[in-house]
Amino acid sequence: MALLRWSAPGDLFRPFEEMEREMERLRAEMDRLLPGFRSLRTARVGVFPPLNVSEDKDNLYVRAELPGMHPDQIEISVEGDTLTLRGERKPAPLGDNVSYHRREREFGRFRRSLTLPTRIDVDAVEATFNNGVLTIVLPKAQEVRPKQIPVKAQ
Amino acid sequence: MAEKDIELREKQEVQTQAESTRNIPVFIPAVDIYESEEALTLVADMPGVAPENVDIDLRDDQLTIRGTVSLEGEGETVLLREYGVGDYYRQFNLGRIIDQSKIEAAMKDGVLTLTLPKVDKAKPKKITVKTG
Repeated sequence: MALLRWSAPGDLFRPFEEMEREMERLRAEMDRLLPGFRSLRTARVGVFPPLNVSEDKDNLYVRAELPGMHPDQIEISVEGDTLTLRGERKPAPLGDNVSYHRREREFGRFRRSLTLPTRIDVDAVEATFNNGVLTIVLPKAQEVRPKQIPVKAQ
Repeated sequence: MAEKDIELREKQEVQTQAESTRNIPVFIPAVDIYESEEALTLVADMPGVAPENVDIDLRDDQLTIRGTVSLEGEGETVLLREYGVGDYYRQFNLGRIIDQSKIEAAMKDGVLTLTLPKVDKAKPKKITVKTG
C-alpha cells in the first residue's frame, strides 16, 4: 500500500497543477491558431440545447434539435453579439390510469446563450423550424463580409 | 408538477447494427413508452427526420423504427459542433398483447408517436366477487 505524507500537500497536487498549466498553454495556442473559435469555444457546454454553428460567405447558421416543440414556445433574441434561446419543452398531457414503461425524453425549461464570432445584421435575423430542428440564419454585417476586389486593366 | 430545468441528454450512437450505406452516424432515439387500458403508446424523438422518411417495420413480434435524417447546411463551414447529426434506429419486442393490425403512427415536428392497441383479451377486466 502506498503511503502519502499529508504534511506535504504541495507535492501531492503538483502533477495536477502541472496538467492544468499545460491545458492552459494548449488553450492559448488554440486561440492563437484559430482566432475565430475563441468566443464560440468559451460558450457554456453541457447545457440544453446543444448547438451546431456554421457559416458561409454571407450568413452564420445556428441549429438546435428541439423535437416536439412548437415555434411559439421558443424565444430567440439577439443583443449585441449575444444570441439567446429560451423556452420550455412541455410533455404532452396524459390521461388517467396511464403508467410509464420507459421515460427517456427530457422536459423542462432552458436558456442558452452564445457569443457570436462575427458581427451580424441584427434586423435581418430569421429563424425556421422544420421537423423539430430550429435553424437561425444570421446575416453577417456588411463590413465583415468578404469583398471581391476587381483588378483593373490598364 | 413543479417547473424544472431541462437536462441535457447526450445522443446515443447505435453500437451493433449491420453497417449502413450512408456514411453518417446512427443514433438511438430517446423514447417514452406508456400504457393505458386500451393501448401502449411509444413516443420517439427523431429531430431532422421528415414524416416521409420514417420507416416502421413489424415482423413477428419485432418492431423496428428507422428514421432517415435530412441533412442540412452542406457546403457551410462548421464553427461549433455540439451534437451529431445522423439517422435513427431502434428495435422493440412487442408482446402478444398488441393487436398488430391496428398500429397507428404519426410523425410531427420530429416526434414519432406510435399507438399500439391491445388485443381485447389483454385489456383489464373487472372481476366481480360473488357473495354467498
